[in-house]
Amino acid sequence: MKDQQYIYKESNLVDSEPNKFDASKLKSEEMIINLGPQHPSTHGVLRLEVLSDGEIIKEVVPHIGYLHRCFEKHAESLPYNQIIPFVDRMDYLAAMNSEHAYAMGVERMLGITDQIPKRVEYIRVLVAELNRIASHLIAVGTFGLDLGAFTPFFWIMRDREHILRLLEWASGARMLYNYIWVGGLFYDLPVGFEQRCREFITYFKPKAIELEQLLVDNKIFIDRTAKVGVLPLNLAINCGATGPMLRGSGLRFDLRKADGYSIYPELDFDIPIGEGKMGAVGDCWDRTWVRVREIHESLNMMQQCLDKLEGDYKRTREFDPQAIVPKKIRPQAQEIYVRAENPKGELGFYFRADGKSDIPFRCKVRACSFVNLSILPELCKGVLIADLIAILGSIDIVLGEVDR
Amino acid sequence: MDNARLIELVRQVAGHAGELKNAIPLTLVIDAATLTQVCERLHKNPEAYFDMLTCITGVDNGTEANTMEVIYHLYSIPFHQSLMLKVIVPRENPEVETLTTIWKSANWLEREVFDMFGIVFKNHPDLRRILMPADWDGNPLRKDYKHEETYRGIKID
Repeated sequence: MKDQQYIYKESNLVDSEPNKFDASKLKSEEMIINLGPQHPSTHGVLRLEVLSDGEIIKEVVPHIGYLHRCFEKHAESLPYNQIIPFVDRMDYLAAMNSEHAYAMGVERMLGITDQIPKRVEYIRVLVAELNRIASHLIAVGTFGLDLGAFTPFFWIMRDREHILRLLEWASGARMLYNYIWVGGLFYDLPVGFEQRCREFITYFKPKAIELEQLLVDNKIFIDRTAKVGVLPLNLAINCGATGPMLRGSGLRFDLRKADGYSIYPELDFDIPIGEGKMGAVGDCWDRTWVRVREIHESLNMMQQCLDKLEGDYKRTREFDPQAIVPKKIRPQAQEIYVRAENPKGELGFYFRADGKSDIPFRCKVRACSFVNLSILPELCKGVLIADLIAILGSIDIVLGEVDR
Repeated sequence: MDNARLIELVRQVAGHAGELKNAIPLTLVIDAATLTQVCERLHKNPEAYFDMLTCITGVDNGTEANTMEVIYHLYSIPFHQSLMLKVIVPRENPEVETLTTIWKSANWLEREVFDMFGIVFKNHPDLRRILMPADWDGNPLRKDYKHEETYRGIKID
C-alpha cells in the first residue's frame, strides 16, 4: 500500500482564501454573501465576496486563482515551440487567436515576419475568425443563460458544433488546436475545407440574425441589460478595458485596424461600437450587441479570406506550410511586447530572450479577461445582486485566462 | 509625437532616461524615485497623453545580477504610441511607488507583480496576494524559488 498522502489536522483546514471583510466588524444592516467558486453564473471557478445592504451591493471583491496553472513559470523552462499547447489552454474558447498572437510574437523576435507565405497568413486569419465566432457565440449564449433565457444557449451550441467540427477537421482537436506554429502551420487545410466553410457561412448567416432576434432584441433581455452596468468611456480607458468592453463604451478602437497586423489591412471590415440604442452607451446590452455585430463582421472576413484562398493563393502541390518553420528557435537577446485582438480584448505577450538559449528568459502574458474582470468592483457599486450577474456575464471572462 | 521628442519629455522630469537597444516598442530606463512624476507627466501632457496602462511586468534577473525589474507598458490611444518604462529595484526589500492614483488598471496588475515577485508597491490601496493562496510561502516567479514539498499536509506531486 502507498503511504498515506493526506494528513487531516485541524490546522490544515484553515481558510487559505480569507475574506477581505471581517464579518464581526460589519454594521447591523450589512452582510457578506459568498458567490462561487462553484456557481454556474460565475463562468468557471471565480469567487465573489459581496458586501451587501439587503439587495443593494456595497462592494464586490473577486477572489481568483483557483485555476492558476503557472503558465509563466512553465514558459521559463520550455522551448518556444513547446509553449504553444500551454497558450491554447489559457483562453480555451479562443485558442486559435491566442496561438496567432503567440506565433506572431516569436516570429517578430526571429525577424521572419516578412517571409511567412501569404497562404499561411490567410489560413491563420480564416481559422482565427472562425474561432472568434465560436467564442462570441459562447459569450452571448451563456449571458442569456445567466439571465434565464435557456433556448438561445442550445441554439448557439448547435451552431458552434459546426465550427468545432471544421476546426477539428483542420487540426485534429476540437478546442485546443496547436495548429498555428511559429513560422507556419501544422498542416495545410484539408481538401474541400474551403467548400465546407462556405456552406457553413451560408448556413450560419440567417442563424446569426435569428439569434439576434431571439435574444438581443428580446423585451425581457433588454429590460435586464439596458442601462445596467454602464461603463463610461473615460473609466473604461483608465481601467484598461479592451475588446468589446471598450468598443461597447463607444470607442472605435480595434487592434486589427490600429496595429494592422497579419493580413488584416488587406481585408475590408467595420468596427461595431456601442451606440446606446436601448439605453445608455456602455451598458450590458451594448457590449452584447457589439459581440453579435462582430460575428457578422467575422463572417465577412472569412468570405474574403476564402476568396483569396481559392483565388490568388490557392492550394498547390508544392505548398509546404512548414517550409520556414525554424528547426531551432534561438532569438537574439531582446525584449519585445506583442499584442493582438482576441475575442475578449487585447492579448499581449512580453518576451525577453537572453540570446543564449532556446527557452525564453521571461514570458509574460497580458490577459484581457484578467484586466477586464478588474473593472467589476467599479461597475457593481450600488447595483442589485441580480444585476451583478448580468454585469459579470456581459464582461465575458474565461477563468483559464484570468488565472493562467 | 516621434520617439526623440518623447525621450526629451521623459528626461525633463526624470533627469536621465537610458534608451534600451534591442527592444520593441521604445523602452526607457528611469529611476524608481521619479516614476510617479514621469507617469503623471506622460498621462497629463497633451502632447503625449498616455491614457492606458496596458500591462505591468515583473522580471527577476537572478541572484547573480541581484536586481529585479518592473516594466510598465503604456499606450496612447489618440497618438497610437507605445512605450515601455523600466524601473530597476534590488532583490532585497524591493519597493516601488504605486500608480493606482493615475491608472486604475494598475490595481490588479501591481497585485500580480507583488504576488509573483514580492515587490512592494507603496501606498497601494489593497495589496494582497491575487493568484496564489493567501498563506503561500515565497514568490513563485523568482529565479531562486524552490518548489514546496507539501501544502498543508497535502503532498505536491
